[in-house]
Amino acid sequence: MTTTATAEAAVRESSPGAAARGPRRRTGRIRRIGLPYLLLLPALILELLVHLVPMAIGIVMSFKELTQFYIRDWGTAPWSGLDNYKVSVDFDAPVGEALLHSFLVTVGFTLLSVGLCWLIGTAAAIFMQDTFRGRGLLRALFLVPYALPVYTAVITWVFMFQHDNGLVNHVLHDQLHLTDEPSFWLIGDNSFYALLTVSVWKGWPFAFLIVMAGLQNIPGELYEAAALDGAGVWQRIRRITLPSLRPVNQVLVLVLFLWTFNDFNTPYVLFGKTAPEAADLISVHIYQASFVTWNFGTGSAMSVLLLLFLLAVTGGYLLLTSRGRKAADV
Amino acid sequence: MHRIRAAAAVAVTVSLMTAATACGGGSSTNGGGSNDSPKTLTYWASNQGASIEADKKVLRPELDKFEKQTGIKVKLEVVPWSDLLNRILTATTSGQGPDVLNIGNTWSASLQATRALLPWDAKNFGKIGGRDRFVDSALGSTGAQGKDPAAVPLYSMAYALYYNKKMFADAGIAKPPATWDELIADGKKLSKSGKWGLGAEGSNPSENIHHSFVFAKQHGADFFTADGKADFTNDGVVAAVQQYVGLMAKDKIIAPGNAEYAQNQSVSDFAKGKNAMLLWQSASANLTSQGMSADAYGIAPVPVQSGTPGTGTNVNSMVAGINLAVFKNTDNLDGATKFVKFMTSDGEQKILNTAYSSIPPVKAAQADTTFNTAANSVLKDTLAGSAAALPQVADESQFETTVGTAVKELFADAAAGRPVTTASVKAALEKAQQQMPKK
Repeated sequence: MTTTATAEAAVRESSPGAAARGPRRRTGRIRRIGLPYLLLLPALILELLVHLVPMAIGIVMSFKELTQFYIRDWGTAPWSGLDNYKVSVDFDAPVGEALLHSFLVTVGFTLLSVGLCWLIGTAAAIFMQDTFRGRGLLRALFLVPYALPVYTAVITWVFMFQHDNGLVNHVLHDQLHLTDEPSFWLIGDNSFYALLTVSVWKGWPFAFLIVMAGLQNIPGELYEAAALDGAGVWQRIRRITLPSLRPVNQVLVLVLFLWTFNDFNTPYVLFGKTAPEAADLISVHIYQASFVTWNFGTGSAMSVLLLLFLLAVTGGYLLLTSRGRKAADV
Repeated sequence: MHRIRAAAAVAVTVSLMTAATACGGGSSTNGGGSNDSPKTLTYWASNQGASIEADKKVLRPELDKFEKQTGIKVKLEVVPWSDLLNRILTATTSGQGPDVLNIGNTWSASLQATRALLPWDAKNFGKIGGRDRFVDSALGSTGAQGKDPAAVPLYSMAYALYYNKKMFADAGIAKPPATWDELIADGKKLSKSGKWGLGAEGSNPSENIHHSFVFAKQHGADFFTADGKADFTNDGVVAAVQQYVGLMAKDKIIAPGNAEYAQNQSVSDFAKGKNAMLLWQSASANLTSQGMSADAYGIAPVPVQSGTPGTGTNVNSMVAGINLAVFKNTDNLDGATKFVKFMTSDGEQKILNTAYSSIPPVKAAQADTTFNTAANSVLKDTLAGSAAALPQVADESQFETTVGTAVKELFADAAAGRPVTTASVKAALEKAQQQMPKK
């Protein structure tokens, strides 16, 4: 498109009859200025339809008393003012207390999961920097969890975590004798660790992929110079690799954080509609408030609160990292 | 230029607002049904058999028969039980649902409250042969009292005690237990060498509710007050839940591993001889499909605290079953009604309930000799004399999940070896009650 437009312009420039150029040039300018907007329009419409309109509807719903009596025609549900928000943040009452518990579980889970994903992904990517026999095969193997459909992968974990016939207990209890009794992984307190395991298993290949791409951009000369100066492996990682990966890591950590914090599929497939208390992630908690107890208004209010929290975290993070970058540039 | 942009912005906004109104307002759901599409019907069947494929094999020939009779083609979708309620909710919100659908009979009052289902008033019942054709206990689970039913009974089921004859004989037990004390005593004799007395589905909220409800009735208690308010923490209910979970926590006749069961694993365990007893509704077809022959197990009424099953505190089952409902905004109202008439006809009732080892809720079909086997007579007697319908209140669906989940957490405590006390049961039920919608 751009090539054609440039060619047309070139033909126009070289053609005779310069006096007649005025209006045509204006049309051309309009076309040039309007074209980007025109090209953006489909994306804009989709963005509105897919994100902004549902978001606006969700915000409206959060101010309504939306239960089974009104879901058929939710517009007729009575307004409830800030009631849904008050219920959600009243931490002394069970609904608010459960939401706060779920929020704290999610924060702890996200920090651990993102940290482990990043650590394993980065270590694996650095390890894979050197060429060795079988590197391609190993790289493909590393990416398997990322390529598998979520449901298939997680349901396999469900089988493995089963108390009576699961592989995890078979290895930990029957073979390695690490536990006195077979443990429960899908109910009770251990469910947190089961969820964390699956989340890290599923998430680290993405970190690996992104860090590996980032590593490609670090000039080899830097390492050569460092080697000449007598820097060891650890020093090279600390002084060259990690600082060079900083911009990549900033995006990676933010994306991992948002995905993990909002992850719905993993806990839902692992535990079903009602997760154990220890692994009650906020996305499933809100789903439960909305679709299990049919309190769609309260569920929407909780979603809006979650959105505000994530916006604040993302905004703060971007501000901090951009400040850091500016300071580094200076 | 500005004018063009402004016009474009207005056009986009208007089109989006139209789309949003169409999505949210659910204008299509406001219709009272029509006959615009008389030649086809869409039917969502709940997964009743061992698999979705097995259900299709049962239903397809019958639907073809219906097409031959009426010229109406039925598009069939068998929906897994775990997805069904959400699918119905989504269809209710969007207005894009099937014409006819199966609903769990305990959801009748909750779904009735959405006003998305066709009410079965005298006129509509007249089109399918009248209300009197159906058994009273089944009609008790079709909607709130005093309102026209939201659905028509299709399959009836009741809980019974399934017991492994050989395991009983090996343990020297002559007859199935009739009271809970007897069941616990027998269970203790049977729980040894990796085998257990009783099976349970500790992580399945619906199963938990069905049993808790029966135990509550046996303690003379209810989960709702007479005017429909949640009352989950009264002494009778707390004692009932404690007694049920206590079968694992205190009496230790249920394997701790059952605390995480939610996919009918306890039925498989029973078929494999890992559990000697099972409290289940209409399990015969499922057990046969898992290779257990019909003479390997016996069927007895679910135990009571003392005496024999009956009404009041001797209730020993909920009225279980599946109802058939019509979406109010169907484009084939006459066809949908004809389909309900066909599915609840005497002949079809015999065929379908035989295939699913359930009991016909239609009186004439129930009287058929096919349903006079020993197994069926226990279920029939239970339904006729000692089963009670779950609370027919608009919040029933929420009650099932909140209390069912509370019991799930209590089972998790029991499995982990933590004591299940009156206080811990009360706290769990208190939390469940607080999650119920405020009135």
